[in-house]
Amino acid sequence: MHKFLLALIALICCLARPAFANDAAPAAADPALEARMTRITAELRCLVCQNQTIADSNADLAQDLRRQVREMLRKGDDDAKIIQYMTDRYGDFVLYRPPVKATTLLLWFGPALMLLLGFGALAVVMRRRARTAANQFEPDDPALFADPHQS
Amino acid sequence: MKSLRYILPLLAFLVLAGFLARGLNLDPREVPSPLIGKPAPSFALTRLDDAAQTFKRDDMLGKVWMLNVWASWCVACREEHPLLVEFSKRGMVPIYGLNYKDQRPDGQGWLARFGNPYNASLFDADGRVGIDFGVYGVPETFIIDKQGVIRLKHIGPLTPEVIRERIEPMLKKLNA
Amino acid sequence: MIPELGHFALWLALGVAAALASVPMLGAARGRADWMAIARPAAALQFALVAFAFGCLIAAFVGNDFSVFYVAANSNTSLPTHYRVAAVWGGHEGSMLLWLLMLTGWAFAVARFSRHLPAPVLARILSVMGVLSVGFLLFLLLTSNPFDRLPNPPVDGRDLNPLLQDPGMVFHPPMLYMGYVGLSVAFSFAVAALIGGNLDTTWARWTRPWTTVAWIFLTIGIAMGSGWAYYELGWGGWWFWDPVENASFMPWLVATALIHSLAVTEKRGSFKSWTVLLAILAFSLSLLGTFLVRSGVLSSVHAFATDPKRGLFILAFLVFVIGASLALYAWRAPKVGLGARFEWVSRETFLLANNVLLMAACGAVLLGTLYPLLLDALGMGKISVGPPYFDTVFVPLMAPLIFLIGVGPLARWKHAELPQLWRRLRWALGAAIVASLLTNWLRGHLGIVSTLGLAMAFWIVAALGVDLLDRLRPNGIVRTGLLHRARQIPRAMVGMMVAHLGIAVFIFGVTLVKSGEVERDVKMDVGDTTEVLGYTFTFRGVESLPGPNYRAAQGTLEVTRDGKPVTTLRPEKRNFPVTGSTMTEAAIDAGFSRDLYVSLGEPLAGKAWIVRVYVKPFIDWIWGGCLMMAFGGFLAATDRRYRAKVRATQGAATDAKVIA
Repeated sequence: MHKFLLALIALICCLARPAFANDAAPAAADPALEARMTRITAELRCLVCQNQTIADSNADLAQDLRRQVREMLRKGDDDAKIIQYMTDRYGDFVLYRPPVKATTLLLWFGPALMLLLGFGALAVVMRRRARTAANQFEPDDPALFADPHQS
Repeated sequence: MKSLRYILPLLAFLVLAGFLARGLNLDPREVPSPLIGKPAPSFALTRLDDAAQTFKRDDMLGKVWMLNVWASWCVACREEHPLLVEFSKRGMVPIYGLNYKDQRPDGQGWLARFGNPYNASLFDADGRVGIDFGVYGVPETFIIDKQGVIRLKHIGPLTPEVIRERIEPMLKKLNA
Repeated sequence: MIPELGHFALWLALGVAAALASVPMLGAARGRADWMAIARPAAALQFALVAFAFGCLIAAFVGNDFSVFYVAANSNTSLPTHYRVAAVWGGHEGSMLLWLLMLTGWAFAVARFSRHLPAPVLARILSVMGVLSVGFLLFLLLTSNPFDRLPNPPVDGRDLNPLLQDPGMVFHPPMLYMGYVGLSVAFSFAVAALIGGNLDTTWARWTRPWTTVAWIFLTIGIAMGSGWAYYELGWGGWWFWDPVENASFMPWLVATALIHSLAVTEKRGSFKSWTVLLAILAFSLSLLGTFLVRSGVLSSVHAFATDPKRGLFILAFLVFVIGASLALYAWRAPKVGLGARFEWVSRETFLLANNVLLMAACGAVLLGTLYPLLLDALGMGKISVGPPYFDTVFVPLMAPLIFLIGVGPLARWKHAELPQLWRRLRWALGAAIVASLLTNWLRGHLGIVSTLGLAMAFWIVAALGVDLLDRLRPNGIVRTGLLHRARQIPRAMVGMMVAHLGIAVFIFGVTLVKSGEVERDVKMDVGDTTEVLGYTFTFRGVESLPGPNYRAAQGTLEVTRDGKPVTTLRPEKRNFPVTGSTMTEAAIDAGFSRDLYVSLGEPLAGKAWIVRVYVKPFIDWIWGGCLMMAFGGFLAATDRRYRAKVRATQGAATDAKVIA
């Protein structure tokens, strides 16, 4: 009886196998940690292969820094602490997203400023034109055609 | 007044050109250290030649000293090494090496072959101390003052110009 | 012998270019027809000589002549022949020769296809191009000679960088350079017009097709670069806001603004000085890009080996060319008249708003690219500006631009009615919002950003639909067939529609892939499977295979969907013994509605490997959209009015009837 039950249980376990018996395990052990890991490492620049993040780079230093980030995440450090750790040692250069400081105000607000200036200039020019009568065509200054040998 | 705004593009371009000219003398890949003027990170490492002996940052308090980051696998280190050996003979400053991400036998063998300018070399197997010092490429050289504060960092191999123009003046100032 | 011939040809070309730069220009100033007449033959001769030199370099590569330093640095006996040809432009010196080939080629094309231009105008244009040739020839001959010999030739060369041993290398640089250099034509037209004082609408009409063609090549070149990075680099990205990518994108933005500004100037005679400035700026950015890539001022994966002497030379050349043309602009442009007047609400205004947005976008990219240099030069610290900055700043500038794409074509010249526009477009707006919400709901992904992105794409399509419907609607008393009305639409208009549709396709692709792609990093042993978005990937192991000049570890993954086989993917990790580097070759199954993308990570114990599996929905629509844009440009550039034989001198009045 005993043996029969055991065999039955074994059989059921075999049959009750999940659809993907060899379902590949994620490369990382803890997906939630990995998600944070991906997010943070995508914001840090690799200093050896300087056009990649430490997430993408295969350089030794990138691997070391990834290991460091993972350890700090496991310890329970929050994102800000990890970023601070990196900038303490490598400066702002290591940040992929430039920080918003006094020296980078022009960087971050420059585009908006350019847009405003551009539309401002357009408005000024439009207003100047509005002063000319409709259907008037303002030709070029005759002084432009000073040379007698022009086409 | 109408003509004034037409000159703006030219002026803006000349300013840009000025920056670009200045940029020709700068190295975009160089990462300056945020640790200058800050205390050297504390560490406790074993010596390369004797795993039983430990060397700590605080052992050097009260003295001006130089820390040179090197490795046996580093090609550029070979370039600066003869210079470093020469410099160590002048006895201007105690030089300590940081053997970065190396193997003990390889590191010792390298020093035996090419000369040993170091009072001692510290063995940083996993590179953690290097990271604490903000090392990102080998070789790198630091000057640390009597209070244990980092005063200078040079990235890349040392050259006679660097020693003459940056290191010697700094040592004079710190020893005064 | 052959390299020496090539070298000699370049010196001869310098002489011809110097003559081209000076004699016709002086001839135009003095009314000497014989001096002006040398322009066209000189342009042809210049091109022939540079082409010959280029041929010599190709011969040196194909023949494995390692006594030439440049060949030894970039080639190898085991390099396949077609890559030996591509290696010609794999390094700094050869790519400069390619630049020069394109420059003289474009000058030759202008000489050949501009019979309708008055002699002084053509003379000045070709002289300006001659000046550019002189500059580049001097640069090549004095600092970057590709024909330099090595006193002790090595037995074999250092091989072409493995990343460049790819079909993309054969096409991407030539296409890109055709675009970059093609903008020199618009530049030369502008400078010639400023010198000669003939800035009328005919100038705009002449410049427009040349600009469009250069823009087409630039679009294709950039799209190819992006596609190549996607399949070559192994982690599925397609745009990195790398300084060199930005250096190619900025001229594209300005060229796009220029095409639209030329439309206003050609049609209404307005904003001439602004259009001229844009023409100068577009090529200036091309030159700036050349400087940035070769001077070592910015760090980039694309950057060539740097040398401060070369950087200084290019900078000096830059300052001369751009400085002189901007100074000329500052002097002459104030005398240019305002042209026709137009209302606050009109097609002109929309086109100019388009310009403001495009220039602000270009400015943002320039700011981000150069800011680290700026701060460093001022001693204010060292920062780096990465994709997060550009993504944050660029996308909000694009949104209003997309809105304008819908409204602009429907607005009338000179005076449009806002209420009328609203009436015509409100359904389009509603349809766009509904379509985007529906699409997102169907794919089970409701995010604000992706909804906005889709709405932008659908908005363009819907507005295009309204415009098309309008043109195809029966009008007037005369009865015409639908096909007849369709054929009435000028080709340039069709080109515009196709290009704008291409933008919609592009946005659609970007939105769907960014919001919907799935990546999975898994440890796979033989027989393991993983499922992503309905596709099942089964790992069948990795085997070692030899290649022409590398050794590959090739993995095999079988892909099925609903039990039916889809494809077999074979990603590789290639090791190149000569350079000692390892390349990751991703395996991609491209499809209309998705890409399946697999790359090998690291080997684990036994036969297991880490494998990266991606499913990227609609990613090929990104490059499809770019190709559509280029095709739209092609249609516009081949409009009947450019193919007509006689186009001598027509004033602004007749222009009004030509363009619908």
